[in-house]
Amino acid sequence: MASNGIKDRVAIVGMGCTPFGEHWGKSADDLLVDATNECFASTPGITVDDVDAFWLGTMSSGQSGMVLSKPLSLDYKPVTRVENFCATGSEAFRNACYAVASGAYDTVMAVGVEKLKDSGYSGLVRSNVAGDGTAPEMTVTAPAAFSLLDPAYCRKYDVDPQDMRDAMTHVAWKNHHNGALNHRAQFRKEVPKEKIEASPLVAGRLGVFDCSGVSDGAACALIVRAEDAHKYTDRPLYVKALAFAAGPANGPMDPAYDYTSFEEVVRTAQDAYRQAGVTDPRTEISVAEVHDCFTPTELVLMEDMGFSERGEAWRDALDGAFDLDGRIAVNADGGLKSFGHPVGASGLRMLLECWLQLRGEAGERQVKDPRLGLTHNLGGRPGSCVSFVSIVGNELG
Amino acid sequence: MSARAITGYGAYLPRHRLAHAEIADALGAGGGRGTRTVASFDEDSTTMAVEAARAATGDGRPDAIHLATTAPAYLDKTNAAAVHAALDLGHAGFAADVVGSARSAVAALRSGLADGGLVVLSDLRNGRPGSTDERDGGDGAVALRFGDPDDAIAVVLARASATAEFLDRWRAPGDDHSGQWEERFGAERYAPLVESVVAEALAAAGIEQADHVVISSPHGRAAAAARKRYRGRIEGADPAIGYVGAADLGLRLAAVLDRAGADETILVVSAADGADAFVLRTTERLAATRPERGVVAQLEHGRALRYAAFLTWRGRLEREPPRRPEPDRPAGPPSARSEAWKFAFVGSRCTACGFVHVPPMRVCKSCRAVDEMESLSLADRRGTVATFTVDRLAFSPAPPLITVVVDFDGGGRYTVEMADAAPDEVAIGTRVEMTFRRLYTVDGVHNYFWKARPLAEATGTTEG
Repeated sequence: MASNGIKDRVAIVGMGCTPFGEHWGKSADDLLVDATNECFASTPGITVDDVDAFWLGTMSSGQSGMVLSKPLSLDYKPVTRVENFCATGSEAFRNACYAVASGAYDTVMAVGVEKLKDSGYSGLVRSNVAGDGTAPEMTVTAPAAFSLLDPAYCRKYDVDPQDMRDAMTHVAWKNHHNGALNHRAQFRKEVPKEKIEASPLVAGRLGVFDCSGVSDGAACALIVRAEDAHKYTDRPLYVKALAFAAGPANGPMDPAYDYTSFEEVVRTAQDAYRQAGVTDPRTEISVAEVHDCFTPTELVLMEDMGFSERGEAWRDALDGAFDLDGRIAVNADGGLKSFGHPVGASGLRMLLECWLQLRGEAGERQVKDPRLGLTHNLGGRPGSCVSFVSIVGNELG
Repeated sequence: MSARAITGYGAYLPRHRLAHAEIADALGAGGGRGTRTVASFDEDSTTMAVEAARAATGDGRPDAIHLATTAPAYLDKTNAAAVHAALDLGHAGFAADVVGSARSAVAALRSGLADGGLVVLSDLRNGRPGSTDERDGGDGAVALRFGDPDDAIAVVLARASATAEFLDRWRAPGDDHSGQWEERFGAERYAPLVESVVAEALAAAGIEQADHVVISSPHGRAAAAARKRYRGRIEGADPAIGYVGAADLGLRLAAVLDRAGADETILVVSAADGADAFVLRTTERLAATRPERGVVAQLEHGRALRYAAFLTWRGRLEREPPRRPEPDRPAGPPSARSEAWKFAFVGSRCTACGFVHVPPMRVCKSCRAVDEMESLSLADRRGTVATFTVDRLAFSPAPPLITVVVDFDGGGRYTVEMADAAPDEVAIGTRVEMTFRRLYTVDGVHNYFWKARPLAEATGTTEG
């Protein structure tokens, strides 16, 4: 089977996260110092010297572990730099957890950072492997690739295009509404639905407000053995599940793929539920931070993760099922949409919202009595992507 | 008189049309009626040569390709090699460019007559904004196959040539337009040269007048005078394609072959830095060896282009670049390794389960069999748009960029850009065919690959 899991063997005992946004005045080094400082300051029992090893996630803000060891002047510690597209931050977290679970280290830190706004370009800047110039990724933009979900979904489930538009608009509206309540979010403003629907088109029916924010930021988490967790905090988060899948990229080559699902997400969600012992995600998951890179993505994810029946996510979204006061609060912190998406940091930013919610520290966004939080990252495109799902909880067992 | 004869042909006219009136509207002068053909921003003499070569009728793999153009996509690199690769000919045979002037076309034809093979004439004509060359020029390509006289659709009965050095038309390497001496001077020079070669060729062929006459010259007035003087016994309108440089002679010949009967004679005259005349006789095989799309039919299948777009495509209007990084230039070794895929759109088919892979893979996407693949060319497969999107973020000289997911007849799926189409011409279910294009150029390296275009039969004459 997919994985043995490490349920309840490691715990998160501290987190840090910079505000996300256009940090013209801060370098990636500054963001790393800010995020880790916040984390250590709020975790008095652990200093930087107590950390045995680090996992650093960044897609394009540097290479090697020295991206972290140099600005933090680390004392010759092991730092592993990881990259896995937009799931990079989650990948740093996943490997850091395994390092503790293996017994190799007692205390580790997962850090993610991305400095996107120094390039002078809008959107992501890829460093491509020398190639023959034929890969569609060379010319097909990310919003174009994800915009394929909308007409395919409408056709498959016979959804009126205006209903789908309304559902996409609701996703953007909800995430902006949530982000407005979050002092770390890039866009802290509610946006009227009329404005969302009338925003300038980017690709297909996706307008500017259907796309996530391009931003700079860093986030981090301190991970220890579960049995040590209470030394550092009275409210640790226990890691219940970590699932990852790199898809075979069949979709763009297989006429059977219909652009209404991410098989990678289906597989990772199932794996994570199994590891965590979740049998009914709709009632057991309290908060879900999912990869809302574009509004139709969030709708499809609701179905791939079992939060909605197939063909029903658009209706559930419109019914408010994923609002802050809905049956599962999805992207309670504003999501990629309004919190922003500094690639390497996003996965850990998602974890931060679970940290705050499950500890009862989410302020105006606080969900009532949450027990399990889920984070989900995907990187790539419909039909060819990587997917990550984690489940964390505030109780053992 | 020759060892080889014409055994097949095909023509390619790009889909865009610039109305002369469009130029007048923009510049406030010139104009007149008529249109010119315009290569799309993603076409050049090499891509159009590929399209013409793909359209050429006749059997067998050509063992030589002679490509003539006055607008080579590369210098110091043989453009005919890309045509050779696009035709999926492996590494067998010869391919070379004959580059420089309109008379390069005659040189290529003489090579074809001598050695056989595929003669491809392809050109784009440029002129300064408002010039006669800009207005009366055209873009297009034609391919003529030369082979065994037993397979002939037309045999060459006679030919004659004359050469004279005089300053009529010239262009320094790197310049984007040519100069021309006072028109009356060239007209006076060309007339006797044409007269001598026509007389010699007709005499050698043993006829007094041909059934059809094809005349081509970069000198418009000389061409008009010759057309007036030498008429065919069988009247037929000259296609209104403008002057297409090194492809002009061949395109006009193709238009005649499109309508000529069997056992009819064709006088073909070029007046470029001298004069050349050929006398051809068609055979009974011609009627059954015509390409699917004739010259006139392609002319009628056009999309109107705005003058500003034309100027942009020709590099005469420098537009604001996108705020996105330039794509990387295609790298040499990977392009060479994927020669069949990149240039000839050859995928692979799993012999264990039949799954078609675009691009080719070693491990089957369906049954995971390893190295059980056979090559499968999809260049001539038609397909259906499975889904698509209109991308307003991506940079395109012809925005918005349309991306289509194509499911090919008989299996295989690939995501490509849609060429020569407006958003309202694309829907789920739209039928498409593949076309060889230049995706972009970085550091002087052209990125040649394939796009989809609406199937010609499925679309009428449209205004774009």
